Amino acid sequence: MNSLLLWIPLLPLLGFLLNGLFGRRLPKPLVHWIACGVTGASFLLAVIVFQRFLDLPERLVQADYFRWIESGDFAASFGFLLDPLSMVMTLVVTGVGFLIHVYSIGYMWAEAGYYRFFAYMNLFMFAMLMLVLADNYLLLFLGWEGVGLCSYLLIGFYFHKPSAAAAGKKAFIVNRIGDFGFVVGLLLLFVTFRTLDFRTLFAQVAALPVEAHYGVLTAVTLLFFVGATGKSAQIPLYVWLPDAMEGPTPVSALIHAATMVTAGVYMVARSNPMYGRAPETLFWVGLIGALTAVFAATIGLFQRDIKRVLAYSTVSQLGYMFVALGVGAYATGIFHLMTHAFFKALLFLGSGSVILALHHEQDMQAMGGLRKHLPVTAATMWIGALAIAGVPPLAGFFSKDEILWHAFAGGARGHLVFFGLATLAAGLTAFYMFRLIFLTFHGRTRVPEEQRHHVHESPRPMTAVLVVLALLAAVGGFVGLPAWLGPNAFRDFLQPVFAQLPPADGGAPAPHSLAQELAVTGAAVLVGLLGIAVAWVVFIRRGALPDDEKRLGAAHQLVFNKYYIDELYDRIIVRPLTWISEQWLWKIFDAGLVDGLVNGAGALVQGLGDGARRVQNGLARTYLGWVAVGAIGVGLYVLFLFG
Amino acid sequence: MPVPSLHVLILSALLFAIGVIGVLMRRNLVVMFLCVELMLNAANLALIGFSRRLGQLDGQVVVFFVIVLAAAEAAVGLALVIALYRSRRTLDADQLNLMKY
Repeated sequence: MNSLLLWIPLLPLLGFLLNGLFGRRLPKPLVHWIACGVTGASFLLAVIVFQRFLDLPERLVQADYFRWIESGDFAASFGFLLDPLSMVMTLVVTGVGFLIHVYSIGYMWAEAGYYRFFAYMNLFMFAMLMLVLADNYLLLFLGWEGVGLCSYLLIGFYFHKPSAAAAGKKAFIVNRIGDFGFVVGLLLLFVTFRTLDFRTLFAQVAALPVEAHYGVLTAVTLLFFVGATGKSAQIPLYVWLPDAMEGPTPVSALIHAATMVTAGVYMVARSNPMYGRAPETLFWVGLIGALTAVFAATIGLFQRDIKRVLAYSTVSQLGYMFVALGVGAYATGIFHLMTHAFFKALLFLGSGSVILALHHEQDMQAMGGLRKHLPVTAATMWIGALAIAGVPPLAGFFSKDEILWHAFAGGARGHLVFFGLATLAAGLTAFYMFRLIFLTFHGRTRVPEEQRHHVHESPRPMTAVLVVLALLAAVGGFVGLPAWLGPNAFRDFLQPVFAQLPPADGGAPAPHSLAQELAVTGAAVLVGLLGIAVAWVVFIRRGALPDDEKRLGAAHQLVFNKYYIDELYDRIIVRPLTWISEQWLWKIFDAGLVDGLVNGAGALVQGLGDGARRVQNGLARTYLGWVAVGAIGVGLYVLFLFG
Repeated sequence: MPVPSLHVLILSALLFAIGVIGVLMRRNLVVMFLCVELMLNAANLALIGFSRRLGQLDGQVVVFFVIVLAAAEAAVGLALVIALYRSRRTLDADQLNLMKY
């Protein structure tokens, strides 16, 4: 079991090394056979481990491989912790990761740097698996930074394009800001508890009371949440994710929708014993999540770039997950993480199929009527859109409904506000998703005449992946049925992980009322259907196009330009920083002080040497004169000393 | 009446000073060379004066060594002077200033 577990992340690392070191000389088919082979094998291993894991009497495996760092009383082991939570994450990461690798064969075939793409993708898989399997915060942080690095490398995959290079840098720098909070949290955690190992740490935390006011746990969890807002693209650090769409579409699907961006959600769920004891932090997690859900959804309303709509949708759905965490429904948050991985990966890959068919056209103004040309893509994307809109019985319905119910029934401060905001976001989500579907696949085609006969369905590996993901998006929700329909297998499976919570926050919703729960479900579905209906009226009945939206005037301008948040950040953060760096740090401090000291030392020595070398005038008589002076000097010295 | 040691030393000091001044002031290499010999012999005189004063022969023995050394030095030195004159056609020390900064 332990060695099987170790190979799950090691296989992708092996694939990375093979493709990274020798990929340039390998034939293309071999490159993708290696890359897909290792991820596929890793997924198979995960399934085998899962089967054995189910049979364990106590579903917990801690495998310590070696001491990683040891210094004073600080120790970090290189070890994995396999519990239901990391099991779910491992299955999702390897499963969805494998599908997206297969899809990439078709999507990336014509691109230069084929081996480079697959090498980075494998490295990403390795880092992501380290992140979810780590048994201590330091190793988790290693994976956390590793996925950040791969995200940077893959966003900037088309590095010759200045916008892609800039987007990569932006993602990296914004994540650094979040990571700063995370690192400070780690230090605070270590200083307080002298350990970063999950089990030892949580055992200590379990003995602590719930912090009514601010305390160490509140501080640590808030700092960790700063890290999560960076990695999982929440307000105020969400700005990098939409720009990350500069990367190839499979990257957007794998890293910026299904897996990496959910790392923050995973981390918060993993730290649930601490979050459960810091209600103040939970309130902020829920609030930021709810605000992000609505805020990003509104930006998604008017975007014209098909991938950007999906990017804001991802930000919004991540906000949903944080709402779930914020109301203490960790299992539900992870549930939505999983269903979201299915349908959002599907939607991204579907949009990739559209983009490939249209030769890298991403503006929905130039699409329309594509369902005749791309039947499989259209059908699967319909399923994905229905799933994200929360239409029963697709996966998104179950997870979203559960989040709304938990928010509604939570009862603590602000939960009803979260519920209201999340319901609003659900309606907006349904609207913009179907705006995307209608503008892309329905109506009259707006593809230029001369290109129309080039438009054809994507190759077999890509459509096969779309179909598999559509199946998952359709039935994936049945593992987590609501209470009135049957047992929630998913939550029961995860229960041990969240069992260390104080009793008041046991994870299950407080007093149950079937009528209330059905009302919430009905409201959620209605809001979703309403969003779809409005989209239908606007974009099918009236036949509106993205260009027509400009008639909405200032409101459209504001939203289309993303509320000018990027410009605001540029004005209040980036430019002052650049100004200080340029005027002070560079021109005064570096060029003036540092360079001045270094050059001054050089000039001083040079000047002294220049004066001193004049003594060396080449005249023997002068030298002899100095000898005489020296001799007289020595004579006088001896005279005064002994005389 | 024996010459007092003090007189010997004064003479020696005077000779030495003349030698030093000659080396420093004169520019002709041969004259400078002669002045060096003068300084050597001033030292010899002082050694002999002390030897007599102390009634020991050590000083006189050293003088023999110095004379031998001076002879050897004269051979080498004059050879250099001749070689120098052949190449530079001058013995003016102030014109031999190539070895400078």
